[in-house]
Amino acid sequence: MKRTLISSIVAVLASTVLLGLVYPLAVTGIVQVIPTREVVLAEATHVGDARYFQPRPSQTDYSADATAFSNRGPNSSSAKYFYLEQIAAYRAMNDGAEPPMDAVTTSASGVDPDISHENAVIQARRIARVRSLPEAEVLALVGDDGHVNTTKLNEALDR
Amino acid sequence: MAWVQLIVFCAVLLAIVPLLGGYIARVFTYEARRPQTWKQYAVSLITFSVLSWLFLYLVLRARMPWDLSFNTTSSFVTNTNWQYYAGETTLTGFIQMVGLAVQNFVSAAVGLVVAIVLIRGIAGRPLGNFFEDLTRAVVRILLPISFVGALILASQGVVQSLDLPVASQEIIKVLGTNGGGFFNVNSAMPFENPNGLTNVLEMLAMLAIPASLTFTYGRMVGSARQGWTIFGVMFAIFLAGVVVVYLAELQATPAQQAAGLTGANLEGKELRFGTGGSALWTVVTTATSTGAVNAAFESLTGIGGLVPMVNLAFGESIFGGVGTGLYTMLLYVLLAVFIGGLMVGRTPEFLGKKLEGREIKLIVLALLVTPLAVLVTTSIAISTDYGQASIYAAGPQGFSESLYAYMSQANNNGSAFAGYTGVTFADLLGGLTMLIGRFAPIVLTLAVAGALATKRVAPAGLGTMRTDTPTFAGLITATVVIVGALTFLPALLLGPVVQGLTTQLF
Repeated sequence: MKRTLISSIVAVLASTVLLGLVYPLAVTGIVQVIPTREVVLAEATHVGDARYFQPRPSQTDYSADATAFSNRGPNSSSAKYFYLEQIAAYRAMNDGAEPPMDAVTTSASGVDPDISHENAVIQARRIARVRSLPEAEVLALVGDDGHVNTTKLNEALDR
Repeated sequence: MAWVQLIVFCAVLLAIVPLLGGYIARVFTYEARRPQTWKQYAVSLITFSVLSWLFLYLVLRARMPWDLSFNTTSSFVTNTNWQYYAGETTLTGFIQMVGLAVQNFVSAAVGLVVAIVLIRGIAGRPLGNFFEDLTRAVVRILLPISFVGALILASQGVVQSLDLPVASQEIIKVLGTNGGGFFNVNSAMPFENPNGLTNVLEMLAMLAIPASLTFTYGRMVGSARQGWTIFGVMFAIFLAGVVVVYLAELQATPAQQAAGLTGANLEGKELRFGTGGSALWTVVTTATSTGAVNAAFESLTGIGGLVPMVNLAFGESIFGGVGTGLYTMLLYVLLAVFIGGLMVGRTPEFLGKKLEGREIKLIVLALLVTPLAVLVTTSIAISTDYGQASIYAAGPQGFSESLYAYMSQANNNGSAFAGYTGVTFADLLGGLTMLIGRFAPIVLTLAVAGALATKRVAPAGLGTMRTDTPTFAGLITATVVIVGALTFLPALLLGPVVQGLTTQLF
């Protein structure tokens, strides 16, 4: 019994040092010197500004520091009213265009930068109109992919 | 497109199983320096877990009140990773690193060695030594894979710094079928799971060890077919779940339809994963007892949310957790042998060993203690004001939240209908449920291993029921489905099934 207790104490302490300190610090060290891809989140900066692409609705005002799900259930009547509000706002901003599903549902992370191609095309027409740009020029930014990153699109618009 | 992805995903998984499974068999085929009986093994395992619990509790008390610490400590020591807290706001990166991530490793290792002991028992070998097995599980399996995996994830953009040590924790979160997110929204957060490639890698990591252990089992009992038979059962039920969730999530929810929307339900989903990547993840994370999420489960359609609950109802035996999945499935296999023996009127035999009263009692007890814990705790939670305080949604969804919470905690999964909130009562009842759902089956499984290890092997005769045939695979499947369905069907009808059938809003 005494041997078991001592072995257990040693195991807890050794695993804390090895797995809780040595391992993560070694990974952190190596990550400093290997190439890593940059991750772009949705930004709140241009939300509500018709001159920019709008990301999907966020439960947390696009906060990366305190994330949360909306937890809107499939049979929730308050969810229905939320969608109706979102639909009305989208139509008002986009010349009465019907919103695709992604444009009126909250993402899981609240910082999903992507929107569907369909959504991006509708918004590209609006942006071209508001900025008095040729439609083809803004549509060229959108491309043909299934989904596009609003943060990167907005950076491209500012260039 | 999603179907092509699924086929490629399954092909990669099939390639991993014999490689990793064979490696795990080699790691655990050795002579222990201090062999233990099943009781000594159990005492060592419990002592280690109790000390781990005390240590983590003290660490977490730095940032959490006592009730939340109780729940969270129980959650991580039992490999559940149920989270009544938000990682990035409640805890610091340092506490997650030296507290939670350490348990992510060792709790997975504890599950793994219990499965190995049961395999040794079935194979009639000495049971081994807990501390020697634990060391091998961590140092030769979990740590090397995590180290390489963390670097791959980081290269893809998963964050890793002193303030946010995410990649090093993310990989063991999935590889160890733990599931506790560094961030509150778990693997939906781009910092944890930035793109389609990381999504696939993390799903493969969740399945890698539980799926490979079927091969390890076949190798260690000297018959590859025994292992593939079990893999086949798990794989078939798993695929059925994937198809159902995918088709369900391609539909709009009743609330969306009522607002005039059409198309796939994207509430609580990330576009970079889409319906396919979210549906597959949902089944992978609940078939394995991981519980990490890349979409909000509370926002799934009724039928989409039913599948995770069915996976929980099957006792996390469809691949299941690291080790826990295989030993639970092996208990189902032994039960199927017993039922098969009764049907043909012979003494049930498994790999030459007669199954007798003592083993069958232990097996049935091990398989029923978790469902019993679920039904009792859910009943308490929905029938008292203390329990109802946690409910967020109106209508049957509120019941689903409660049922899901206790199914998930008792089965050590950790995923949630996340509207369900932690109050003192939920912290304590849930913490207790996790401890029972973890350690009662472990001790009973070790006892089964002890009972089987010393039995004499009788040579197979003409009347021996084969346990490596498609017929027997069918019998295992029926046993899992019938036990799960008989236990949980009434409860599931009241929650997700009602929601899947009605368009009414609440």
